[in-house]
Amino acid sequence: MSKITIPIGPQHPALKEPASFKITLNGEEIYSMDMRLGYNHRGIEKACEQRTYIQSLYLIERICGICSHSHSTAFTQAVEELAGLQVPKRGLYIRTLIAELERIHSHLLWLGVAAHEVGFDTLLMYTWRDRELVMDHLAELGGNRVNYAVNTFGGVRRDLTPDEIAHILKDMDTLEERTKYYAQVATEEATLIARLSKVGVMSKTEAETLGAVGPTARACSVDRDVRRDDPYAAYPDVQFKVCVDDHCDVYGRVLVRVNELFESYSIIRQLLKNLPEGPIAVKAPRRMPAGEVFSRYEAPRGEDCHYIKGNGTDKPDRVKIRAPTLANWRAVRKMIEGNYLADAPIVIAAIDPCFSCTDRAIELVRPHGGEVLTWGALRQFGIEWHRRHGLDFADLNKKFSQRMERVK
Amino acid sequence: MGLIQKIVTWARIKSPWVIHFNTGACNACDIEVIDALTPRYDLERFGVQLKGSPRHADVMVVSGPVTRQSRDRLKRIYDQLAEPKFVVAVGTCACSGGVFQGCYNVEGGIDQAIPVHAYIPGCAARPEAIIDGVVKLLSSLDPKPVAAPPAEPVEKEAASA
Repeated sequence: MSKITIPIGPQHPALKEPASFKITLNGEEIYSMDMRLGYNHRGIEKACEQRTYIQSLYLIERICGICSHSHSTAFTQAVEELAGLQVPKRGLYIRTLIAELERIHSHLLWLGVAAHEVGFDTLLMYTWRDRELVMDHLAELGGNRVNYAVNTFGGVRRDLTPDEIAHILKDMDTLEERTKYYAQVATEEATLIARLSKVGVMSKTEAETLGAVGPTARACSVDRDVRRDDPYAAYPDVQFKVCVDDHCDVYGRVLVRVNELFESYSIIRQLLKNLPEGPIAVKAPRRMPAGEVFSRYEAPRGEDCHYIKGNGTDKPDRVKIRAPTLANWRAVRKMIEGNYLADAPIVIAAIDPCFSCTDRAIELVRPHGGEVLTWGALRQFGIEWHRRHGLDFADLNKKFSQRMERVK
Repeated sequence: MGLIQKIVTWARIKSPWVIHFNTGACNACDIEVIDALTPRYDLERFGVQLKGSPRHADVMVVSGPVTRQSRDRLKRIYDQLAEPKFVVAVGTCACSGGVFQGCYNVEGGIDQAIPVHAYIPGCAARPEAIIDGVVKLLSSLDPKPVAAPPAEPVEKEAASA
């Protein structure tokens, strides 16, 4: 049978964000997949270089609207390390609390989207209803439903009141009760299990070779979690277990995320129980010293890495962001091979893709072929192009230096 | 206005089908748009339904600043919508480019590429704001004057006291 290539995206009912996939089919089976990203590339890294550190923080928060706290925490941690700031314990606890609330809202959101992709819209409506409880708390603590802007260099901007603590604890009980129901649905509902099992299979070795991160990797028995392996914020003080599963398919990824929800509830209870008294932030300088720092953070989707190079001024010299979705794309290409076309949406959705996080750099593809040049080759190309057009800089330089000598 | 035209206007106001397109948004407004359609806010009570194809939709909900790569796609999808078509820009980025103004890959707001009928600002635009924007857009289509909202209960209490 001859192979057929079909384009999907950038606007497609199965995709919530713009990305373009070229899927080559062998009959109904997917033979290979190629993707074109960059529809969401806004140039944030470059924009950060033109803004001060504190302005960059709010820009960084707008990389992604689902894991906004992840990016801002990773960035804040890096800047705090650069400036040598000691964040007060209470500040770290509140930061971790928001991080876990965000993980809950992100996982509930994913559970709903994944259910929607397999045609189980009832679960979508259920999880999104429950997610509103978390959104209320985030709005209460941060003042905004999505970009909470809780972080600042040296701590957090808002404190917790005893009322808010009681309110959160009460809602954690409600959410845990409802999550138990979702866990029951995930483990007992025969239709869901049949639909998700053996779909998007990736072995442990493949997950490690392809550099998968987060729940995608943990569902392939890769025991890796930055919160435990390289603890930051208040994670050294809390007890939790890293959820690992050996199903290696989309079903395993559902189980990992549902189990992580329970861990998040437990972490939040521990944080609120042991919340230390004291200040929430220390004063940070405007100018940051020169140096290079690297920060890791376990976002709901996996490991988020931020690299900052400071040059002693109030603006960063370079900011580089590696979002978890970018690390998972190669794994998607592997997972999707051999599946049916109808499985493509759920396999892509299984990594919880976030294109706005991913689209950090673009590669310009010329419509009629072309090549990617290194910096040296580009310089050589420029020199030769000008020479062909009658302008030789080497010659000009020689003439200029001769004239300068004559003047002397 | 003829009877048929009346029926068409009534149907248009009672069942606006929506297509959502992200032109480079950070996901926040997109999630809030979906949020407005799920149980707590439930835009479906106004007959709003999310559709997959632009050819089925009356209203295009666009979020995010227009990036260079998505601009042509945005125009193409706008052209595919059947007349009459309406565009709602959700979020500050969609209204003006927001924090991304001046970035090398950002053209600006949605109105740089296609005409916009309603602007819903906010970072991210709250579901309540989205509902308000959609209702305002729909009531602007109604030739009849829109009934004034009921008086605030607080004022009533103050008057009786």
